[in-house]
Amino acid sequence: MTQNQNLFFQKFGIAPADLQRYLAEALSAGGDYADLYFEYLTSTSISVDESIVKSASQGISAGCGVRVLAGDRTGYAYTDDLAPEKILRAARTAALIARGPSQQSVQGFKESRAHQLYQVASPSVDADVSAKLELVMRADKAARAYDPRIVQVRGSYADELRQILVVGSDGTFATDVQPLARFNVLCIAKAGENSSRGSSGGGGRVSIDYFLTEKTPESFAKESARQAIIQLDAREAPAGEMEVVLGPGWPGILLHEAIGHGLEADFNRKGTSAFSGLIGKRVASEKCTVVDNGTLPSRRGSINVDDEGSPTQETVLIEKGILKGYLSDKLSSRLMGMPDTGNGRRESYEHIPMPRMTNTYMLSGEDNPEDILRSVKRGVYAVNFGGGQVDITNGKFVFSASEAYLIEDGHVTAPLKNCSLIGNGPDALTKVSMVGNDLMLDEGVGTCGKDGQSVPVGVGIPTLKLDSMTVGGTAR
Amino acid sequence: MATYSEVLSVTETDLRDLATDVVARAMKAGATGAEVVVREGSEFSTLVRRGQVETLKESGSRAMGLRAFLGQRAASTYSSDFSLEGIERLVKGALDLAHVTSEDPYAGLPDPSLLGSLPGDLKLYYEDVYSLPPEQRIDWARRAEAAALSADPRIKNSDGGSFDAATGCKVLANSLGFVGEYKRSSCSVSAIPIAQDENGAMQRDYWYSSARTLTKLESPESVGRKAAERTVRRLGAHKIASTRVPLVFDSENARSLLDNIFDAVNGDAIYRQSSFLEGKLGQKIASENVTIVDDGTIPGGFGTSPFDGEGVPSRRTVVIEKGILKSYLLNTYTAKKLGLQTTGNAARGLAGNPGIGYNNFFLQRGARTAEQIISDIKQGLYVIDLLGFGVNLVTGDYSRGVTGIWIENGELTYPVEEITVAGNLKQMLNNISEIGSDLEFRSALACPTLRIDGMTIAGE
Repeated sequence: MTQNQNLFFQKFGIAPADLQRYLAEALSAGGDYADLYFEYLTSTSISVDESIVKSASQGISAGCGVRVLAGDRTGYAYTDDLAPEKILRAARTAALIARGPSQQSVQGFKESRAHQLYQVASPSVDADVSAKLELVMRADKAARAYDPRIVQVRGSYADELRQILVVGSDGTFATDVQPLARFNVLCIAKAGENSSRGSSGGGGRVSIDYFLTEKTPESFAKESARQAIIQLDAREAPAGEMEVVLGPGWPGILLHEAIGHGLEADFNRKGTSAFSGLIGKRVASEKCTVVDNGTLPSRRGSINVDDEGSPTQETVLIEKGILKGYLSDKLSSRLMGMPDTGNGRRESYEHIPMPRMTNTYMLSGEDNPEDILRSVKRGVYAVNFGGGQVDITNGKFVFSASEAYLIEDGHVTAPLKNCSLIGNGPDALTKVSMVGNDLMLDEGVGTCGKDGQSVPVGVGIPTLKLDSMTVGGTAR
Repeated sequence: MATYSEVLSVTETDLRDLATDVVARAMKAGATGAEVVVREGSEFSTLVRRGQVETLKESGSRAMGLRAFLGQRAASTYSSDFSLEGIERLVKGALDLAHVTSEDPYAGLPDPSLLGSLPGDLKLYYEDVYSLPPEQRIDWARRAEAAALSADPRIKNSDGGSFDAATGCKVLANSLGFVGEYKRSSCSVSAIPIAQDENGAMQRDYWYSSARTLTKLESPESVGRKAAERTVRRLGAHKIASTRVPLVFDSENARSLLDNIFDAVNGDAIYRQSSFLEGKLGQKIASENVTIVDDGTIPGGFGTSPFDGEGVPSRRTVVIEKGILKSYLLNTYTAKKLGLQTTGNAARGLAGNPGIGYNNFFLQRGARTAEQIISDIKQGLYVIDLLGFGVNLVTGDYSRGVTGIWIENGELTYPVEEITVAGNLKQMLNNISEIGSDLEFRSALACPTLRIDGMTIAGE
């Protein structure tokens, strides 16, 4: 029996027979399927600002969400009180979506075979808080030591442990104990009238040891300070269409915005995505193969099972430029007659699951990154980004470069002020003419928002050259 | 059939007693100061798509947050567990944490003389948001979508119509004897139609109406029709060449500029030297026609409350007056840091130290209509949608994706997309050359139509 089966069964006194009773209540007015999502989330956060720790917090949230599906309709209710009468009440509320004779839940649950993706001996949420305090103080010191022009440093460390139990009327029974930790450093630099900022961070489904050995506070601090200092001398970015080279790693946010969201099954089931009906069609140059993979060990976007209890997997989205598949959850896979790819995710027990990305990345190609830069006469080399956004329906997407340089005659020259890049999802990747042999995944800071729900995700690309993209600067 | 509210009603608890009890427990456990927030709420939402109910959601929840002080050290904890055991853990956790945080000479609760609550009925809570029977709530969503689908033959699909209602109660208590509470309600109806042109290219847009009471909600039909108009006007949009022309931000999108200004006058950003408006108090930072106010006292306002997240009464603060920066928006901590007085803008989440939020934050109206402003422009762009997060508040650099309608000889002509608009907020504020008369409070942020000159459009 896994740790969190113990948690829900022992701490909250829930027994397998109770789960059957709740599901029966959920299907009391008919319905094709019902599930229960139990969640117990503990979290801590600590931050340093002006070289002192001004705040530290910790919290607990727990609850159960009950979902009933009837055709393409969803009834949902949740409770933050795990007493049997409260869960039954939520089940009765969710049941009202259906209108018919009561349905039977299958008898007996079948536990899914789950991955073991988190190599965490003891979750860091339980670690001594003074160890976390030490980490943020080290970041402050390292960032200030980097350059006297760094005038402000904010470092933060946050971790959580999410314990879930998912049971469904189809016999689904899954548990997971998901650790997540993240470190961030934000720097402000000043020189005369000029100010700038830098930001760096990382983490994953790791323990606090990760920040003591693999990615130290100093490494994030120096990277953040480096960015801030470089931006002090940034000049106006150009405006208009030109060649764009994206550095490896976090610029993979391009994939997330340009194609990832558009390939989520719910939009395609409803015909509201710019990618609707394009399966089997060319949507990228033949050098592009893009996957979504929830099974990479320790990654921020990885999970052993999704929030519907289905095991995660690697799903090919684009193979050599041809659109191959969508990202699906239980509802869309049933209604579309397509496989469930284990992408049903939700922010918490208060939310209805829907198709979401996990880690989305492009496989390495054959080009040498230096050759890629050398091939550009005049263009932009973008290596770090802030956020991005897409309009699923018309396919237009933007993502904002926070560190970018001009490329002149094959050489990387002046740093550029922040600017957005804009493109059209279904044809942006057709302009990829070179793909580097240097695939990198991001450091583990991504959070994706959809319909007001946030979930942790990962992205990655090798160095990429797009022959044409619109750069949103101010210079002529 | 049982009604939803019968099936699920929020538990009646005396939240006020609970909050003061937790404060007392924290003080007894050794805290030198304590502040407790308790929130309880319920929500209902339904989405109807192509005439059929797609989702129906109804629930209630509650949570509590404690901020405890040990001298000049602070820490916080939160929980949804209201049992005695849960409360004891909340108190112990906060005090344990406060032992390890740093001494901060500026930390602390507000000066007791500043605490208080606005008197009278602020018209924030109306029971009627839950008065409709469930079938009728679904019907409101259905009517909004139906009105959009039938408004124009080019509306071919839909992301649905929705009806939402929510109520919430918030109690704040601290060890200086302050205890206050208020209830709020809201409801909204919206529609998201999808239009398709002869080439199969799709566009989506939305419209909504929200209010604190059902009686002030626009009819679902008018919401649906407006959503359809906003969607079909985007059909056939194309890219244009890079250029520099006057921009007119419609009132819906002008609000986002106001949001950027809020972030730049936020006391946290000021003391952290993270705002391009740091050190500019008393200086001219915008054109003379610009006056921006934060007012937490407007009866019925979406951003109105009797007191802020620290128990300081809400007030009216003139932030920018005729282009001069008059005040930052502050809580107790940032005010002490900057040697100023709190403006009653503390925003208290469940966890962490209070941040800063706006109340009703708006730019005062001008004299001319949006049509008159557009009619002056020979060539320009009417901005109807913004995409992305390309605003750097440290430098003021601004670069965002845009959908718009091209202005030619004072008339709106064809739609334009896949372009960016860029500039710097410092100049943009000084280049607000016209302000519309169309100030309307559809949310806590409100801004009339704005004309801004001197920005660059990047396209082909």
